[in-house]
Amino acid sequence: MVPEGGAATETASRRHELLTGLRDTLPLMFGSIAFGMIFGTLATAAVGPWPAMAMSLFVFSGSAQFIAILLLGTGSGLWVIWFATLVLNLRHLLYAATLVDEVRHLSQAWRFPLAAFLTDETFAVMERRYRTQGGGRNAHWYYVGSCLGMYVNWQIWTIVGITVGTQFPDIQNWGLEFAMVVSFIGIVVPLLVNLPYWAAAATAGVVAVVANPLPYKLGLMLAALLGIAVGLVLDLRKRGLDSTRTATESAPWTIQS
Amino acid sequence: MNVPVMILGMALINLAIRWPVYLLANHFRFPPLIERALAFVPVAVLTAIIVPTVLFPKDGRAIDFSWHNPALIAAVIAGGVSWRTKNLFATIGIGMVAFLLLRWLLPI
Repeated sequence: MVPEGGAATETASRRHELLTGLRDTLPLMFGSIAFGMIFGTLATAAVGPWPAMAMSLFVFSGSAQFIAILLLGTGSGLWVIWFATLVLNLRHLLYAATLVDEVRHLSQAWRFPLAAFLTDETFAVMERRYRTQGGGRNAHWYYVGSCLGMYVNWQIWTIVGITVGTQFPDIQNWGLEFAMVVSFIGIVVPLLVNLPYWAAAATAGVVAVVANPLPYKLGLMLAALLGIAVGLVLDLRKRGLDSTRTATESAPWTIQS
Repeated sequence: MNVPVMILGMALINLAIRWPVYLLANHFRFPPLIERALAFVPVAVLTAIIVPTVLFPKDGRAIDFSWHNPALIAAVIAGGVSWRTKNLFATIGIGMVAFLLLRWLLPI
């Protein structure tokens, strides 16, 4: 894209990207209302209002925050909680690895916040955006819009949970978290374009159910890795059979630098 | 338990997972095989989040694979809408409405 019209157009383009990113994240923000409120309520009971707020502000990871409160209640030590945080969030390594090509051109000052604010929801939104619309000069502003939406939303509903959470004892039963499920369905289904992707999804789904009793979301990680492995193997076989492809494409394990 | 230390540690661990790949982006590229594998990350991870959320009731009871489970029926409907329309907002809207209606209609 060629910049035209100077600073005014540039500002408009950035604002447009930011607002579009925010808009596309809205259903997922809706989906985390109940999580934020329940966390605020439980955490206030466990550690008091200020530590509860500090966790949302500085840790910014719903699942890790929940497990920490849960483990505190069982008298677990610091290292158990830290280990749980590490294992729970290992999937963010996969997210960062998937998106890194789209942020490589940015300065470190940009990349730091884009990494620090990466969540399940923003990953899903960004992966879809890069796939359907490509990068674009100001795509990182779209990324900022998604991060800001998730972050501010999480703080707001944590505060609501801390202050008035006990007045909504049955918020878990309102069904708000289902917004996340349908959003993810709307992102995954269009990706099921051939057998390797179907097989990856089926494997991940079955393993996630079978391995669900494992602690610290290890089942999720196991399901993801096996799903990826099955998809990859079928993909490589499909390519191997497809003899019309150019030979230059198949040079695995050459590290470019 | 020293809660501030716990929170600080959790924050640092999260950064240690999320940041390095972006930080070192200029210094390495993933081998092509890994890049091929990464193409399956969204499908695998998001499906692994969706399926247990839909099949296991929140109160920790056993798996509910029946038409009495509103989340399961609504998820199937949302999947159908997404397959036919490829439209994210239609999928979310119809899926949510179906879920709330079914929860209201189906006997628990």
